[in-house]
Parts: sequence; structure tokens; C-alpha cells
Amino acid sequence: MAMRQLLCENLTLGYENVTLVEGLTFEVNAGEYLCIVGENGAGKSTLMRTILHLQEPLSGKISYEALKATQIGYLPQQTMVQRDFPASVYEVVLSGCQGKLGKRFFYSKEDKAKVFSNMEKLGLMDLRNRCYRELSGGQQQRVLLARALCATECMLLLDEPVSGLDPVVTMEMYELIKKLNKEGITVIMISHDIASAVRYADHILHIGSDVFYGTVEEYRNSDTGKKYLEGVDTDD
Amino acid sequence: MIETFRLYFSYPFVRYALIVGVLVALCSSLLGVTLVLKRFSYIGDGLSHVAFGAIAIAAALNLTDNMLLTLPVTVLSAVLLLWMGQNTKIQGDAAIAMVSVGALGTGYLLMNRFPTSSNVSGDVCTSLFGSASILTLKQSDVIFCAILSVIVVAVFVIFYNRIFAVTFDAGFAKAVGTRVNAFNLLIAATIAVIIVIAMNLVGSLLVSALVIFPALSAMRIYKSFLSVTVFSAVISVVCALAGILASILINTPVGSTIVIADITAFLICSIIGRMKG
Repeated sequence: MAMRQLLCENLTLGYENVTLVEGLTFEVNAGEYLCIVGENGAGKSTLMRTILHLQEPLSGKISYEALKATQIGYLPQQTMVQRDFPASVYEVVLSGCQGKLGKRFFYSKEDKAKVFSNMEKLGLMDLRNRCYRELSGGQQQRVLLARALCATECMLLLDEPVSGLDPVVTMEMYELIKKLNKEGITVIMISHDIASAVRYADHILHIGSDVFYGTVEEYRNSDTGKKYLEGVDTDD
Repeated sequence: MIETFRLYFSYPFVRYALIVGVLVALCSSLLGVTLVLKRFSYIGDGLSHVAFGAIAIAAALNLTDNMLLTLPVTVLSAVLLLWMGQNTKIQGDAAIAMVSVGALGTGYLLMNRFPTSSNVSGDVCTSLFGSASILTLKQSDVIFCAILSVIVVAVFVIFYNRIFAVTFDAGFAKAVGTRVNAFNLLIAATIAVIIVIAMNLVGSLLVSALVIFPALSAMRIYKSFLSVTVFSAVISVVCALAGILASILINTPVGSTIVIADITAFLICSIIGRMKG
């Protein structure tokens, strides 16, 4: 049986007076690829922030098994600050190692070696001295993915990694994430794109007015799945 | 010209002014990038007004060393402003406007009511725009300034990686376990210290220029955080030296002359940045 990494039991998410989702229960095992889909404002990002301990659930329990919250590689949506931030690709990827600094002030040789191997893996070596803000959208996402990989050995949390990318680059990004997943990294991804979600993921968590959790096969056959996949071309 | 310099440098206070100028310029440039990009520039502006108010209170209380009051009050206000910006119903920028105008008004009232010399408007002008000449620095000011500068530079170097991480992406930093709030506090407190020491040189209204200009200039030309930081420190020190020397030669107020030097550097950097494309 696969090793369980994350277990969410009976979660209720939201803010002080607003409940977004209730009774959410799901688990993520090592090596799985889970897509979180649902309408805007359904609580997808809130769920992700809760998994990362950036926010507390209103009720329910999250347990991490075989990993800590700080060992999750997170790819957030881009912020305004980054649009004019002077930073080289190398500097951004290196900041992925900050969780390992512990009581140290400076990055170690191992940290830097890891940065280089991840830049190599994602084809960023030629860009390493370029300025982050001058890269294309797809290149920027690859840089943030490399940074996330520096923070984790086992699990990636991706918040809409393809938003704003053109179709070709979107496909490349999906293929890249799938490749990392096949190499053994667990992937949890928020997506708007249900067609790609059922194509690449092995589990689906649908939140919103309908809540569903299960494998992609089960999702295709469920009422929720049928409703949302209607008219969407899901052939490989 | 050489003769003028030789005459001036025979006085210890001119040498003090140069030392203080270099130290202040170095410190003030370090956190510039962080300030500009985190939209903290206005906090710097607000804090300098708070420091003005604190100096006025210190003067009214007849404190011999006004730094003993000004420094803690400014650091405390920095923490308060940051907290207000995050946690209250009053918008962050409105809160800062409130605090800064409040401090300015109170400060002027106190200075006017409890004058320390016969020339009240001269004193106010000095606090706001810096000394008309650099001849007023005492040795104790220089030592105080040197100690704080060393602390600021050390804090910056030690936490360089984390300051970068927190500035570039606070969400990611928090997710991987960096204590973002603690570092925001550290950054705000450091800014307060920088403002207090820089006020000696350029006065409270012109302090922001010393913090913002070198960072903006460096960002026109350089593309990585490290190169921007190093280059803004260099620009800042060069402009401060040029400003102090020019103020001696052409007999202008030190603070505004340094600001003019910073503006010139910014224009030059913008042109170079344009040409590099």
C-alpha cells in the first residue's frame, strides 16, 4: 500500500463569518497527482493555504505523515511585487532553500548544488543570470517550479501554475509537472482547466456547490464529473 | 579649491561630517530596495516625521542627548505603523498620514513653546532640512552614528538571504517556515534606526531621499538583488561625499546638496538604463 503523506479529515474552511467548504475529507499518498477543481471563490486557494499552515481551518484536522508542512514545495500565484523586482533566476531558485537554513545565516554548498541540479532539470541553466522580471510567463513559472523543488523532496503544491500562459507553453508546463510526478514527487494542483485535470491527474477533488473526491475514473462516472465534463473534450 | 579643502579638513568636525556622511549613506541605501518594493517607502516618510516630533519633545524636556528619546520612540512607531497597516480598520497609508502629520504638528508646537535658542524658525528648519552647514556635529554624535551604522550593516549582512526571501515572496517564505512577521518587524525597526541616524545629516524631511534614490538608481541598471544592493550602496556613498564636498565649496546646505547629487545620479542611471535597453 502506498505511503500516506497527507490526511484531511472533516475540514471546514473559510474566514471569520463565511464558510466556504464543509466536511472535506481526503488523503494524498506518496506519488499521487491530485487536482483540486471547482468554481472561483469555492475555496480552492483557501484549502491550499490551510494545507500550508498559512491559515487555520475553522474545524477539522490535517495530519502530515512522513512529511512536515515546511517540506512542501509551494508554487504560489505571482504577486505584484515580483513584476518589478530585481532578482536573477539563480537568486530566486536559491531562495527555495531558505527552509533548510535553520539557524544558519548563509546557504551551504549542498544548497547551491541542489539549486544547480534543479535548474538543470528544468532547463534553466542558460537563464540563470537573467533578470526574473524580464522572462516570459512560462520561463517565470519554471523558475518558481525550480524554487519549489529546492524546498521539497516529496510534495509539490501548485496554485494555478498555467494561468496566463499561452496554449503551447501550458502544454509544456503540464508535461513537465507530469514528468516530475513520474519521478516520484507527489503533486497537488489547483486548476481551472478540468479537461487537463482529468487527463494528467490520478485523483480529483472537486469543491464548490458539489463536492467530490475520488480517482479520475470515479470522477468521470460521477454525477458531478458528468456535469462539469459535459462538452469538454477529454480524449487523450 | 584645494586650499579651501585643506583649510576645512584641518578642522576635526569636517572630518567627522565626512565619516558620518559615508556611514549614513551606506546604511540608508541597504534597505532601499526592500522599502521600495514592499511599498514601505511611505513608512519611511512617516517615521521621519515621528523622529522630528521626538526631537522636539526631547528639546522641550531639555534632554542633553536627544537620541536617547528619539531612537526608541521612532523604533516603537515603526513597529506600530507596521502593525496598524496589517491589523486595523484604518488603512495603512491613512494611518501613516495621521501619525506623520500629528507628529509634525506636535513637534512644531513644542519647539515654538519651549524654544532652546532665540532662533526658533532656524531650529525648526535645521530639524526638517538638516544643518545649514556641517559644522555642528559633535564627536559624541559621530561615535553614536558609527555604532548604529555597524549594527545596521551587520544585521543586513547576517539576514541578507532572509530579507531577500521575505521581500521577494512573503507567501512562499511563510509556507517553508520562515518567520515572515518577525522579519517584517526587524526590517521596520532597522528602517527606524537608519532614519534616526540619517536625520543628523539631512534633516527629517529629506531622509527618504537618502533611502529611496540610490535603490531606484541602481534598479535602472542592474538586474540581480545582489548587484542592485552593492551598486546602490556605492552610489549612495559617492553622492553623499560629493554632496558634502560641494556644500563646502559652494556654501550650500548639506542635506539638500546631497539630495541634488542623488537626483543627478538617478537621472544618469535612467539614461544608462534606457541605452542598455
